[in-house]
Amino acid sequence: MEFQFQFDWQAAIQSIPFLLKGIPYTLLISFGGLAIGFLLGIIFGLLSINKRWFLRWPATAYIEVFRGTPILVQVLFIFYGLPDLVGGPIDPLTAGIAAIALNSGAYISEVVRGGVQSIDKGQTEAGLSLGLSRTQTFWSIVWPQAFRRMIPPLGNQAIVSIKDTSLFSVIGVGELVRQGQVYIANTFTAFEVYFVVAIMYLMITLSLSLILRLVERRGLTSV
Amino acid sequence: MSQIVKMQGMNKYFGKLHVLKDINLTVEAGEVVVIIGASGSGKSTLIRCVNGLEPFESGKLEVDGHPLAPKGGNQKSLAEIRKEVGMVFQQFNLFPHLTVKKNIMLAPMKVKNTPQVVANGTAERLLQRVGIADQANKYPSHLSGGQQQRVAIARALAMEPRLMLFDEPTSALDPEMIGEVLDVMRELAKEGMTMMVVTHEMGFAREVADRVIYIHEGQIVEEGKPEDVFDNPQNERTQSFLSRVLKH
Repeated sequence: MEFQFQFDWQAAIQSIPFLLKGIPYTLLISFGGLAIGFLLGIIFGLLSINKRWFLRWPATAYIEVFRGTPILVQVLFIFYGLPDLVGGPIDPLTAGIAAIALNSGAYISEVVRGGVQSIDKGQTEAGLSLGLSRTQTFWSIVWPQAFRRMIPPLGNQAIVSIKDTSLFSVIGVGELVRQGQVYIANTFTAFEVYFVVAIMYLMITLSLSLILRLVERRGLTSV
Repeated sequence: MSQIVKMQGMNKYFGKLHVLKDINLTVEAGEVVVIIGASGSGKSTLIRCVNGLEPFESGKLEVDGHPLAPKGGNQKSLAEIRKEVGMVFQQFNLFPHLTVKKNIMLAPMKVKNTPQVVANGTAERLLQRVGIADQANKYPSHLSGGQQQRVAIARALAMEPRLMLFDEPTSALDPEMIGEVLDVMRELAKEGMTMMVVTHEMGFAREVADRVIYIHEGQIVEEGKPEDVFDNPQNERTQSFLSRVLKH
């Protein structure tokens, strides 16, 4: 039997409007989660380098747990496990955003820690010697420099998190992959549809890379 | 005359290493004290204790009337001391994300709540004084080492300090830039600024210092007028140190 496969352009193009409906969810989960993850990252990243052990240890525990377990397990736990604890269902969108937030927050904590620790101790000493308080020294001298160094790894994390949202099809959020699965169930055009899905992810991540590169270049000229 | 710095029986350890041993030292207002000694002798540590960048273990320290307690004690006066004591570092430590002028304006605005226009005027005047008014809006990385160090001096002066600490201010500079920084320091001394200077520039020490202190292994072993210390050192440690550094 002769096997022949032909890419069905018609099918690919026809799937686009349906797939596009998934993009708002993909973006909402990604960027909603990342925004919260960024806040968590600042908080836990700074706590993880605090001198006081009772602040440092819980932060380190959070980072290790969420970096050391798969995000798929995390989202399943939040969606299927947590309702038992809170006594009510958690909607898939909330579960997805929470998973991205907690997971990216752990990685961003490490980015924050690395960024802050990379700033020369002499900067802090200069600030203190001028009479600035530790808090003033940190926020007006160390943080702006550290943040600039954090931009590339933060961009990296954003791209990872955007792709991670594809896993949330398992909890039934109507994001990009989920839309693809539903569409394929009716048309059996898996090759074409997943091809289009991949291109859509690529378009999102490439635009982000481009924006980040511009931001980075602007940041560098002033240092 | 009033005493700006008063150290009595000060001891400092890095772990088990005894880096400052029973230091007794006073600095009068308007006095320029130059501290010399081999690397690792504790001279930098000594001036870093004055503004609390290094805590000390025992003894007494008073800076412009504010007592600073040893490690673990009450450090409330530290904020007050740091407002009154300026410091210039070997590595300049300018803030690379701020322009030269903003480097100078930062502390007065944050610490003293000086209005921006006033801080701006002060910065311009100080930059004029250290001879780099034309570099005000550049970032530190675009300046030469000598220019950066002069900015660092201006930045410290913006807080109108009662005392200036210099921690090897010319050691990281190319030889041709050392002069311009020493010139600024010389001017400052002439205007009556109280200064504690750690340096290897023996010519500067001889010319500008009111008093030279030689530190060996954490102890003050010789102290006196520059001509006495340089030309007629009493301690054999000082003699051997000076013969090594003055030969070339």
